[in-house]
Amino acid sequence: MTASVTHKGVWILAEQADGLVLRVSHELLTRGRALADARGTELTAVLIGPHMAEDQLQDIIARGADAVLAVEATELEHFLIEPYAACLLDLIARRRPEIILAGATTTGRTLMPFVAVKANAGLTADCTQLEIDPATGNLLQTRPAIGGNILATIQTPNHRPQMATVRPHSGPAAVAVAGRVGTIDRIAPPAASLASRVRRVDFIPQTDRCALTDAQAVVAVGRGIKKAANIPLAQSLADILGAALGASRDVVDRGWLSYSHQVGLSGKTVSPRLYIALGISGSIQHLAGMQTAQTIVAINTDPDAQIFQVADIGIVGSLFTVLPALIEAIRQSARLQPAPTVSPPQEGLPAAGGL
Amino acid sequence: MRIIVPIKQVPETSKVSMDPVTGTMIREGLEAIVNPLDLYAIEAALALRAKCGGEVVVVSMGPPKAMIALREAVSMGADAAVLLSDKAFAGSDTWATSYVLAAAARKLGACDIIICGERATDGDTGQVGPAIAAWLDLPVVTYVSSIDPADGFMRVRRLVENGHEVLEADTPAVLTVVKEIGDPRLPTLAGKLRAKSLEIPVWAAADLDVDPARLGLAGSPTRVVKIFKPKVSRQCEKLAAGDEALTAVAVERLVHVLRHRELIP
Repeated sequence: MTASVTHKGVWILAEQADGLVLRVSHELLTRGRALADARGTELTAVLIGPHMAEDQLQDIIARGADAVLAVEATELEHFLIEPYAACLLDLIARRRPEIILAGATTTGRTLMPFVAVKANAGLTADCTQLEIDPATGNLLQTRPAIGGNILATIQTPNHRPQMATVRPHSGPAAVAVAGRVGTIDRIAPPAASLASRVRRVDFIPQTDRCALTDAQAVVAVGRGIKKAANIPLAQSLADILGAALGASRDVVDRGWLSYSHQVGLSGKTVSPRLYIALGISGSIQHLAGMQTAQTIVAINTDPDAQIFQVADIGIVGSLFTVLPALIEAIRQSARLQPAPTVSPPQEGLPAAGGL
Repeated sequence: MRIIVPIKQVPETSKVSMDPVTGTMIREGLEAIVNPLDLYAIEAALALRAKCGGEVVVVSMGPPKAMIALREAVSMGADAAVLLSDKAFAGSDTWATSYVLAAAARKLGACDIIICGERATDGDTGQVGPAIAAWLDLPVVTYVSSIDPADGFMRVRRLVENGHEVLEADTPAVLTVVKEIGDPRLPTLAGKLRAKSLEIPVWAAADLDVDPARLGLAGSPTRVVKIFKPKVSRQCEKLAAGDEALTAVAVERLVHVLRHRELIP
């Protein structure tokens, strides 16, 4: 669809699980609000899912949306490409938004490219920075490329909507403001939109305590951990921080941790508030997956390890002596000031600290 | 069973080092390789062929030297390969790339499944697989970690943020696979010999049923307007922890910084 004055409004695609709006949606509300204000237009949150409780939708308004479009059906409880795409495409065709943002989640990174083709729209993946070009009004989408070694700014000059996925944790979550008002539309999709050639028949939850990409803090181990039997030492640091356990490719290739823990170019990309690298040398492949974390701590015996180039604070020493001391010191600190393990994100923190 | 595997040739980025002064990747002399994540797609296709019979066709859009990537896939065991190469394809974004790959899949005729890598290690978008499905009006399942063929559908596991979904996808379908699918096999000697002599056709835009206005840079909705180096804003405060006393000092300093940044209580 070609650019024209008939396309108006900024949309974010909110995600839910078990009837609760996910945090990544709150981050999108922050992004979307800024863009809508810059364009002098409305911010709409589109939520495709099962029937949602009123307070969940009101909360989206409180966090900055002017309108909520909830497309609801029991068949939409879990993401399936065809029904989700049909519902979103139907809304796009009827309401013609100018910008659509989604999280760079497994859902967003599947739905958005599929819909962009069908809607004849441009799409930029995994953005860490979004702004409006004051001269043209176009969306300027900045993303890391080539393993995070360069940043590219991308525009969609002639196609509407302009679509982008946004890296989770690359910006602050919007905070609820009591008394904010907005409209809520609940939409029942036509039966034809719900047809799917893919069926979800089961779900096997991850046994780990914390999912890597959703984590506020990550403790990651590299070859320096030496053997699988030493993983519990890193796990105990992760436990007191409420952190997820990550791993370098080396560690996964050796079978010390499963692939779901792998951080890097061929694993997961994470942007937590705190990333602690234990015995990780810092190959390009690994740095690509974690260098946008807000605070990076590295512990490594090699003073020239590349990981120190992206770290804020580094300890040159053996993790086997540093870790027990660190765990004890954090316990002491917590004892002095009992408080939640990892405090909630603060507003105004720089997004993607490494860039 | 007919399995199509679209692959991409990328610069070898995993073995390079970083310039300690500028903090950027040293790119000189980088070898062109098959996108490492596409090797898992090739492996998945070959494993599926072993179960169900049929043929594996690899397809790549790129410059003439992408022929090397296709020959590597053949040396691993792919039956046939097609190179999509034309100056008109240059500068394609994922929208225009997937358009050409989908047109090639159509020209190849009936297929049961298209298997893609999760994403390429250079562009890192992961958009081409789902986009091919959209052009072909096929369902897509991404992040697939196992594939079990059944009658008229595939039972697959999909790796998501908090676990694995078990899904049944009617065929034909597009799947993108992750590393858990299985370690890529190495090329065999017989495969290498076959790869050397196999005739690989090159299809240009004129050989495909495509609208020239949708090709290459001109046909791409997105435009790169600026490329710049990330600012190295981190000044690493390095603390030596060679002995017990130094370790205690370093840990105390670290805990102080973490508390100051409200990362620990």
